[in-house]
Amino acid sequence: MASAAPVEVGEPGTSQVTDLARPWKVLVWNDPINLMSYVTFVLQKLFGYSKAKAHRLMMDVHTKGKAVVSSGPRERAEVDVFRLHEHGLWATMEQDS
Amino acid sequence: MSRTAAGTYEVRLDAESRQVLAELTTQLRNAILADRADAAFRRLFPPAHATDEATAAEYRELVGTDLEHSKLAALETLAKTATSSELTAEETDAWVRALNDVRLWMGTMLDVGEDDGPEELDDPPHMLYQVLTWLQDVIVGALSGDEDLERGDEEEDADELREGDDGTG
Repeated sequence: MASAAPVEVGEPGTSQVTDLARPWKVLVWNDPINLMSYVTFVLQKLFGYSKAKAHRLMMDVHTKGKAVVSSGPRERAEVDVFRLHEHGLWATMEQDS
Repeated sequence: MSRTAAGTYEVRLDAESRQVLAELTTQLRNAILADRADAAFRRLFPPAHATDEATAAEYRELVGTDLEHSKLAALETLAKTATSSELTAEETDAWVRALNDVRLWMGTMLDVGEDDGPEELDDPPHMLYQVLTWLQDVIVGALSGDEDLERGDEEEDADELREGDDGTG
């Protein structure tokens, strides 16, 4: 599923459990269309962040190209990505390495 | 666009702009229904993983047509309420999402870039895109309860510094 590396050597069960336990993070990527004000608004609305925190994350997206906006179990990340896509933000999820 | 005491949103917009919004949202809705896989919609339905196609495919399977339906519903709401003078909070939310999707669609087709200056924007499609951008900024301002759109960067920076004792949100 998430790991392309072989994990069958030794204790596959343990590796799998560890693999499942690693949290997922949700990223928002910079794009030239979404407005800075809109990105801040969406982050406040969806995650309940303060205006200052949402603004800081938006600036990270704008200046660094991307920012982690939430993290947690895979199911949570899937819901967050869906809500961000509903609002037109360029969001992806990935498992912490 | 401004918030009323009752929690609804008053829309002050000329008839021509309303007509344009109704037409654009209807066009986008029909275009998605015709071929959702069209490259023009890649920003509306982006892959859920940047590099891992397997995760992106699992996500697509999970979501099915939910995202498409959510976007189509918002576009339909805007088209149906384009002439309204007052919107519920829910309708206003649909407006801002639908308007953003129209901008993502148009911006993708116009290949809008980060550093596009006014010289790139003087043909009719780019001017329309700019009007929609302005309109969206106004709606976002109303939804954020931020009526002062002239608010400067210095104040934003001051907000950052105050974050520790900032009780909002």
